[in-house]
Amino acid sequence: MDQIILQILNGLDKGSAYALIALGLTLIFGTLGVVNFAHGALFMLGAFCTVTLSRILGLSRTVIDETRTDFLGKPLKVEVPYVYDWFGENLGATIIDWNVPLSILFAIPIMIAIGVIMERGLIKHFYNRPHADQILVTFGLAIVLQEVIKYYFGANQIPAPAPEAFVGSFDFGAAVGFEAGAIIYPYWRIVYFCFAMILIAAVFAFLQFTTFGMVVRAGMADRETVGLLGINIDRRFTIMFGIAAAVAGLAGVMYTPINSPNYHMGMDFLVISFVVVVVGGMGSLPGAVLAGFVLGILESFASMRQVIELLPGINQVVIYLAAIIILLTRPRGLMGRKGVMED
Amino acid sequence: MLGLNKNDMRLLLIVAAMVALAPIILNPFPESSAMAQFNAGYPDLMQRFVIFGIFAIGFNILFGLTGYLSFGHAAFLGAGSYAGMWMLKLLSINVIPAIIFSTFIAGLISLAIGWISLRRSGIYFSILTLAFAQMAFSLAASVLTPITGGETGLQTNLNDPRVLPSFLGGGASDGGNIPKPSLFGMEMTASFKLPVAGWEWTFNWGYYVCGVIMLVAFYVAIRVFRSPFGLMLRAVKSNQQRMSYTGLNTRPYMLACFVISGMYAGLAGGLMAAMDPQVGAERMQWTASGEVVLMTILGGIGTLIGPVLGAGLIKYFENIFSKINSSLLHEWFAFLPDGLEDFIVAIIYPFIGKGWHLTLGLMFMAVIIFLPGGLVELGQRIARRFGKGRTANATGETKPAE
Repeated sequence: MDQIILQILNGLDKGSAYALIALGLTLIFGTLGVVNFAHGALFMLGAFCTVTLSRILGLSRTVIDETRTDFLGKPLKVEVPYVYDWFGENLGATIIDWNVPLSILFAIPIMIAIGVIMERGLIKHFYNRPHADQILVTFGLAIVLQEVIKYYFGANQIPAPAPEAFVGSFDFGAAVGFEAGAIIYPYWRIVYFCFAMILIAAVFAFLQFTTFGMVVRAGMADRETVGLLGINIDRRFTIMFGIAAAVAGLAGVMYTPINSPNYHMGMDFLVISFVVVVVGGMGSLPGAVLAGFVLGILESFASMRQVIELLPGINQVVIYLAAIIILLTRPRGLMGRKGVMED
Repeated sequence: MLGLNKNDMRLLLIVAAMVALAPIILNPFPESSAMAQFNAGYPDLMQRFVIFGIFAIGFNILFGLTGYLSFGHAAFLGAGSYAGMWMLKLLSINVIPAIIFSTFIAGLISLAIGWISLRRSGIYFSILTLAFAQMAFSLAASVLTPITGGETGLQTNLNDPRVLPSFLGGGASDGGNIPKPSLFGMEMTASFKLPVAGWEWTFNWGYYVCGVIMLVAFYVAIRVFRSPFGLMLRAVKSNQQRMSYTGLNTRPYMLACFVISGMYAGLAGGLMAAMDPQVGAERMQWTASGEVVLMTILGGIGTLIGPVLGAGLIKYFENIFSKINSSLLHEWFAFLPDGLEDFIVAIIYPFIGKGWHLTLGLMFMAVIIFLPGGLVELGQRIARRFGKGRTANATGETKPAE
């Protein structure tokens, strides 16, 4: 029993990342009808927003501290971040410590801007081209973004630790009545899961309860009619692209403490997110979220020792296997609608 | 001749001549000149040109004719490589069993994968093939270690069985060296160097074996393109629904096409194993599938010669461009004033050397945006501009199926 709960918890954080990326992919596909292979790169860009912010916060000037000496007996040079000068030493240290959560604020405008520029500058011109062309041009864009990041940040992983308060693990087992130490779960993963849930809820609420969201949903159902009613649907769809980019970016920002960012992390996630989208049903937002969590949990169950002993290698392929089975038995995916991408 | 019309025959002859003379054509700069590092006429790279040419020709039969975008072709390439390696280890060091068996195995695997994947079309097909290829990659790297050698990969060893008699390349190795893959005693690495007035041309046996096989593959591709079968595949690309309405079952045609394409990939994989007897799982990774897509698109999708050009271009960039470093750049621009020199080098530097992928990505995007027909279309546009009135068809253009 405790094993099962542990695996479900383990699946949740990966599942959250899959769900967030798949949600953005589906948003773009549902509104603009574009298959965006660069979405993994947006996830990666989000993660590197964190790295950039931590570099900015780390900018410092050198002062000579007369009271201490280094091993040669000379006065010690101390790096003092500018943040200390502006906010005082205590608050400054806290800001640097809370770099990852702060990056959310930093990443939102950047990611929205990147998304809007991408849509206006490139993807706009591909609405009337075949899906294969859209896949290929965004694939090319993904390569370019990845290489630019590699050029500026190098090919190595760059660690971005979680704030001090969230380091360590939570004894989940003890809290719900199992023996202590049976189910241990890192704090940051709980944070990540909650964050993902809030973000998903926010996106759904935005689409469901605002006028803007209503128009966007109407546009997803019938773009032409909405246009005929005198609404500038293109502009709204552009903004939705920005939002989808921001969702992917935020997923990347918060993922950095779990997995240190490197330039090809986007590609690794992209392949799986596409599988997630297809399993959930092309164009279905709840389907994408559901499939993200289901596949995440499935993956963690398949990595259980007992399962691997039974079926060696299953942990590597379970997601793809599930995708193949679902695509063959339920061709539209778990919650796909009729008439989407059928041709 | 050979069942080809005049234009196709001319194209085939041109390609044959280019393959035969490649060691000379690709070495345009004398050895001692500063430009010598742009020479691509060394055996290793030339072998790669033709092998990836075969891979891309096969991919183009599927994608170019039917419009089905497979993101899993690397699985067949990898499977072919493993199969070829096992033949080299078990049967004989002769490359012929390896090549035949690798093609066969890749055909079987593509039959199984195609059988399932072709139930769906469009993006679903792409995702299914991608899923299968990723599965194959993960399995090859982990569970199938007894067959694939896992992370270390497969190599030929001293004590491989090689059960065939020695005149067929079997038997124990002589002199304690690991035997090199050969064709009836002629080693693949054997080269003949011909120095001519500053140039040095290397004629490599392995390269010519690959080259002949590529010509055969190219010929078969022409025949497929011109056959009623090829016409049927093009009809699938233009409107599959209409095909079904007229009472034609497109599945067998698609499956045959997919298997042919997979066998080309397997053949390429087998040749890779034969030229350089070691193989690892990374050959199956989906980035390798992406690479062949890039090659086909860059060269010109749906054209005969395009994929070969694309494969050559990408491999050239990968091997030559990536070698340029900043000190070399400084050398080239040394004639400029210092400030300007640094400025220009700083601008160019991100695009060459280790950053050549960036150039590749940008080039790829530019091709898709401005030149959907790839290099072949570029050539046609130029030809049209300069040779007005002539309807040049020498590039093997096939009318794009709308």
